[in-house]
Amino acid sequence: MFSMSEKELGKKWDRCLADGAIKLGTGLGLGIVFSVLFFKRHTWPISLGSGAGLGMAYANCQNNLRSHYMLHRGDKVGLSMEKID
Amino acid sequence: MLRACLRGANATARKNYRRIPLTSLQQCRHYTAGESSASKVVVAGLLTVSGGIGGTVLYAKWDHKFRAAVEKNVPYSDWLLGLALGPAAQDPGLPIKKRVELAQPPSMIEKQAKKSAKKEGAEGPVKDSSPAPSQPAQSLEEASAEATHIISAIGEVPSVPAPCDTEAAAVKECNECHEHKEATAVHPAPTEPMKERPVEEVAARLAQQEQEEQDISASVSASLEDSLASSAKATLQAIGAQEAALQAIMQHTDKLKEAMEAEVLPEEKSNQWKDLEAALADRTTALNDARAALSKANESLDSLRSVIDESKGLKISSVRPLVLAAEENLHNMVVDLDKMVMKVQSAESEAKIVSQYSELVNEAKRQFQREVSSLTPEIQANWKGLTGKLSTDDLNALIAHAHRRIDQLNRELAEQKIREKIHIDAALEQQKLEDQKALDNAVNTALQHVKEDARLDQERKLAELREVMEAEMRTQLRRQAAAHTDHVQDVLKVQEHELKAEAEQVLSSKMLEQETRYRQLTQEQLDNFTLDMNTAYARLKGVEEAIDSHVVAEDEARKAHQLWLSVEALSYSLKTAEADVPTVPLENAAQAVRDSCRDNDFALALASALPEKSLQRGVYSEASLRARFNSLRSLARRVALIDESRNSLYQYFLSYLQAALLFEKSQEAPPSQLSSEDLDPFKLLSYASYCLEHGDLELAAKLVNQLRGEARRVVEDWLIEARLTLETRQVVNLLSAYANAVGLGTTQAP
Repeated sequence: MFSMSEKELGKKWDRCLADGAIKLGTGLGLGIVFSVLFFKRHTWPISLGSGAGLGMAYANCQNNLRSHYMLHRGDKVGLSMEKID
Repeated sequence: MLRACLRGANATARKNYRRIPLTSLQQCRHYTAGESSASKVVVAGLLTVSGGIGGTVLYAKWDHKFRAAVEKNVPYSDWLLGLALGPAAQDPGLPIKKRVELAQPPSMIEKQAKKSAKKEGAEGPVKDSSPAPSQPAQSLEEASAEATHIISAIGEVPSVPAPCDTEAAAVKECNECHEHKEATAVHPAPTEPMKERPVEEVAARLAQQEQEEQDISASVSASLEDSLASSAKATLQAIGAQEAALQAIMQHTDKLKEAMEAEVLPEEKSNQWKDLEAALADRTTALNDARAALSKANESLDSLRSVIDESKGLKISSVRPLVLAAEENLHNMVVDLDKMVMKVQSAESEAKIVSQYSELVNEAKRQFQREVSSLTPEIQANWKGLTGKLSTDDLNALIAHAHRRIDQLNRELAEQKIREKIHIDAALEQQKLEDQKALDNAVNTALQHVKEDARLDQERKLAELREVMEAEMRTQLRRQAAAHTDHVQDVLKVQEHELKAEAEQVLSSKMLEQETRYRQLTQEQLDNFTLDMNTAYARLKGVEEAIDSHVVAEDEARKAHQLWLSVEALSYSLKTAEADVPTVPLENAAQAVRDSCRDNDFALALASALPEKSLQRGVYSEASLRARFNSLRSLARRVALIDESRNSLYQYFLSYLQAALLFEKSQEAPPSQLSSEDLDPFKLLSYASYCLEHGDLELAAKLVNQLRGEARRVVEDWLIEARLTLETRQVVNLLSAYANAVGLGTTQAP
């Protein structure tokens, strides 16, 4: 009924941030875990994990924001047969 | 990430240097740890670039399409390639063929010209056309050249058959002309006399001429007859006289001969001599008569001849046969006369001989007598009765004389015998001469007669021929006259027809006139009557209509009033919108409107044109839209840089940065025409704000419609709402305007 397209962007940003926070946290956590468990408390798994998490969040956010402009696999594209002159 | 991008770009550039020429100076920088010498890098870079350029140039030289593509896509490459390779060759494909074809038709045209020239020169037009059509099948250009040539030839060709046709036609015409000439020759002949002299005069003249001729011929014939008769008489007389003379001569000669030879008694001798003298006298008289008659006859013949000549001189055809006959008669008479004359002459010559002989005999006798008398003077002539009187001396003397005479005669005889030949010769000569003379005369006369005969024959033949020709001419003239009469008849008939047709035409035209006038008058009357009737009827109708329209108008007025009320309700319901809350659904009001205009198509259409959403849900007011726009604006500014191609997070960051850093007027009056730089989202938004502040929702919506990309997506819903509001308002305005108009229309001014 009262669809407001201007609110969409805000929603996307919210999701981005939330997602980013989750992923960062998860990555960090996993990194810490791995660093502690398997990698003798080196710092690099932590940075790896957080970096990966951050990267994933970034990619996700970007994808989300782009989603309108991308063709998805289920979409049907209309072809028009025009003469190529 | 930038570095990675650059590296990747370089790698792909190096792979596809054939397709994408490296005229852009991308220099790859290698940050290899340790040995980074700038010169090496520079040299490597230069080598790569020059290699790329050289490879492009070589390939362009080999492949023209590639060269064209390069020249199109890369600026200044055409200059470079031109410098290196020279100007691009023309496309040789089609033009060569065209040139070949162009070269062909001129030769073909020449051949055609030669052929046609030869053929036109040598043969008739039929053959010219036949080879010409056989050739155009070869090519289009040839065909067109052929066509032009044929057209030009055809322009000349008719001149060849035309003379033949006209010649044939002319020959035909000439034949006809000849045929007609005979007929038409008669035409001018009579027409001229008809112009110069009337027919009666001609006839009179002709009659007069004929009369004269007849008179002359009559007179001539009379004169000829007279002269003929007289000459005939004279000639007959002459012939008779000649005959008589001849008879007389013959008689005389016979008598003379008798007298010479016969030994008869002296009495009879004297009788004989008397008879002889009488005969001689007769002869002389007869000869004189004959001569006189001959002269008379000659005179008359001469006169006849003169008359004939005169009449010949008159040159009238009718007297010619008479003349001819007269001439013939003349000739016959002349011939007879001549014959008689010749006979007479021969008789005369005979008589001359006989008379000569008799003379000789007489001479001898006289001589003897003289001798005897000289010897015996006393003895008389008549010595037959002397037998008793003579003495012996006398007798002896006589016998001696006789003997002497006999001797003499014997001597003479001997001499004569000797001289016989000479005498005979001389006589023969004489005779020959005389014969010759006579022959000449005879020949001359015969020649004359023959000549005359021939001439008469000729004249006769001429006369015959003339007659024949006259007859022919008469027949031809008759034919001509017949043809003339026929022609005149035909012409008369034709004229009759023409005159009839004319008269009929005149009559019919006059009749037509009269009829049309009559019809016109009747029609006029009818029309006037109809007009009056129509006017009366029309007025009646008008009155009826006025009354009806009154009723109708009242009805209409009521309906209009109802419509207006309902539309007012609808427009009032529009005003129930408050801030952020749309109006009530307009369904009820719309239904009321539809009910009140059930039979009004226009209002019905308008009522049904209200958008569904407004009916179900209601519309927003302008104020709410304005407020919403203000919040929208900042958001749109923030995503101004985002569209299909630029939508990564980095772009978002940049867009936000731009929005933070860019300052534009919050409200700016939009120009009457948008140019391309006005399509910048910031500008558009400021224009739209201005419009909204000034209450022009429509223009604001239009301007906002120009946004593209993410900004457009963001304001999409606002745009839809604005559209809806605008639509509804437009429809309601139209309806109210219409209702007002109808209401105004139905009210009657006092």
